[in-house]
Amino acid sequence: MSTSGRITLEHGSGGALSRQLTEQLIYPILKSEAYGELADATSFEIPGRVYITTDTYVVDPPFFPGGDIGTLGVFGTCNDLAVCGARPRYLTMGLVLEEGFPTSDLKRVLESVRRAADRSRVRVISGDTKVVPSGKGGGIFMNTTGVGEALGPHLLSVKNIKSGDKVLISGPIGSHGLAILAAREGLKIAASLRSDCAPLFPLCEALYSLGKDLRFMRDATRGGAAAVLNEAVANNSECGLEILETAIPVPGAVAAASDLLGLNPVEIANEGVLIAVVAPTAADKAISLLRSLDTGREARQIGAAAGRYPGQVILETAVGGRRILDLPRGLLLPRIC
Amino acid sequence: MSRSQASTSLKQVLQDRRLAEPLLQEIEKTAAEISRTVRIMEVCGTHTVAIRRSGIHSLLPGNVLLLSGPGCPVCVTPTSYIDNALQLLEGTDAVVASFGDMLKVPGSDGRNLAGYMGGGRVRIVYSPAELLPMAGAISGPLVFLAIGFETTIPTVAAAFLQARRAGLSNLYLYTAFKTVPPALRALLSSPDRRLDGFLLPGHVSVIIGEQPYGFLEEPGGVPGVIAGFEPLDLLQGILAVLRQIARGEQRVENSYTRAVRPQGNPKAREIMDQVLDPADALWRGFGEIQDSGLALKGEYREADAVPHFSLPPLYNLEPPGCACAQVLQGRLLPTECPLFGSSCTPEAPIGPCMVSSEGTCAASFRYGEAVL
Amino acid sequence: MCLAVPMKIVKIDSAGKALVKQDDLETEVDLTLIEDPKVGDYVIIHAGYAIDLLDLEEAQERLKLFRALEESG
Repeated sequence: MSTSGRITLEHGSGGALSRQLTEQLIYPILKSEAYGELADATSFEIPGRVYITTDTYVVDPPFFPGGDIGTLGVFGTCNDLAVCGARPRYLTMGLVLEEGFPTSDLKRVLESVRRAADRSRVRVISGDTKVVPSGKGGGIFMNTTGVGEALGPHLLSVKNIKSGDKVLISGPIGSHGLAILAAREGLKIAASLRSDCAPLFPLCEALYSLGKDLRFMRDATRGGAAAVLNEAVANNSECGLEILETAIPVPGAVAAASDLLGLNPVEIANEGVLIAVVAPTAADKAISLLRSLDTGREARQIGAAAGRYPGQVILETAVGGRRILDLPRGLLLPRIC
Repeated sequence: MSRSQASTSLKQVLQDRRLAEPLLQEIEKTAAEISRTVRIMEVCGTHTVAIRRSGIHSLLPGNVLLLSGPGCPVCVTPTSYIDNALQLLEGTDAVVASFGDMLKVPGSDGRNLAGYMGGGRVRIVYSPAELLPMAGAISGPLVFLAIGFETTIPTVAAAFLQARRAGLSNLYLYTAFKTVPPALRALLSSPDRRLDGFLLPGHVSVIIGEQPYGFLEEPGGVPGVIAGFEPLDLLQGILAVLRQIARGEQRVENSYTRAVRPQGNPKAREIMDQVLDPADALWRGFGEIQDSGLALKGEYREADAVPHFSLPPLYNLEPPGCACAQVLQGRLLPTECPLFGSSCTPEAPIGPCMVSSEGTCAASFRYGEAVL
Repeated sequence: MCLAVPMKIVKIDSAGKALVKQDDLETEVDLTLIEDPKVGDYVIIHAGYAIDLLDLEEAQERLKLFRALEESG
């Protein structure tokens, strides 16, 4: 099928053009031993406890330095499974395309999906495509639902967190959100930044081997590290988190761009960073496990759970002061003030 | 320090806890000498945030109160300005360009500009320089929401002149510029004012220099120290104010000497003078302050959005119960406002002090002065 | 009200714009507001414009003062 054209309403109508799109463009890129034929449903088996998650991706622009909506659609959903202690196995992929979307762009996205899926060792095994009239969509929207198998019986939860536990971060923050912002707003500042989009499962699997000493982990996506840290203790009546500002890894270019744009790196989205809370005796081992893996080379401890301000995240600043590290509020927009 | 890394290490050094220690000790000592409660006001939204982000509040002695003044251009812009901008979007084919700061500010019925971003009628700019290609690329009018203090005003003036030279006649400015010294005068002349000193805005001062603050040295004035924004700059500035108070001095002092020249930036002021004339301005919370604003000169009237689009004049109408006027003047702390944190929060702001993330109440709320 | 950041001028073009750098970040700024800028100067940047030069010697002097305070304290 030629990829020099554009998507039309007919491509989503279920008729001949729809079939052509699916059979000649989409399926050939995604097919695998798990997705052997096109049928209304695909069957699979997963032993034991199964995790399921769904996420919808509306990233604007769909192509950005370091990835695209396809990369995000796979890594994002797989990471949600991974941080719950599940090995991602299968994905579904639903697409909503806007009439006029270039077919060549669709092919690029699908190829990204395939590459990301192969890298994550998952298979896309079912999908759907709809087309909406021009002006009613954002070019391309994607929903992926992922299923995974539990790595073990231990359930990760914020409820496991106790005073004295250590807070770890797997790597430097701020690249993804800034790369998107720069691409979307045409900001020349931060044009050199790339999304850190990456599969977190290897890090998660390594940490899960700590058993009960791993209390909780989450990827620091929308809302950045600040959102995850607050989520970790939001309803905790016994402890809060105390974080050291000087311990948080921020790449120089992110720090400089954030300064210029009036943004705070801890509030910026990441797609390749996780935060984990572990028992105090397991912190050193957790860090060396993370550092032995590609995406965890700069893992470090950034703080601890403590009883002084339950439910809050307190930041000890570089200069030695203390203040609340709040949830991000509102849209991430460049400021002059 | 190696040249190529000069400004990185500068920033790191100016956050170094070990260098902060002696400053904090001096602050402690000087505050104890003064013994009574002193109120130091900063009039720069960026100072408001820098002080709280660095956690300096938690390090100061109990008798040193840092107040935030009307230094947030978003906070002091009347809601009717937003109403008029929305009117431009609804009643004309104009595209509206704005700094990101204004996007979430609610107009009088609660609606804001952010809703129009998706359709491309509202565009964010990081720099006024972006207005040139933007104006060139559209056929209809482009209206820029020109707010800001003296740090920002020269950048808009420069871009405006560049646009004129390039023949871009579809660029209009909707000005709501404000200048700092008249606001300081208004603060000093408030009858029940309790102010012992000012921390003066570092980057506004880069443009205007030291001279416009001269009235602070006259009877009725207070010490004023121009301060930078890194933690050590802030501590240095606070210490300088405290020292003057302790010694009974009343001077304008520059502690941000690496950036602020005594004469300011004459070239920047000259460019402002080419485009703008002083005008009265309406400040949210304060009312009208004479000569505290800048408007397009008569020769540029055709680029002024107000006459061109017949925009109604601005007015102030505060929501019932809102105490922002008192907070902006430093007469009330955020935590003393009955609406603070209950019906007035960053998610559902009632007044200007909570609207912008640099607003006194928003900063207090988010950085936890009330809690720690 | 004034987020502004110091960066170093690495290149100046004929249209009055400069390429400035800080860490790995490079960006373009307008030099219209600066009198006689030179490559190697540090400028303070606000909203895409350089609003003045940063006086590195003053900065050094100030740092020396801070360090002296720390040592004597």
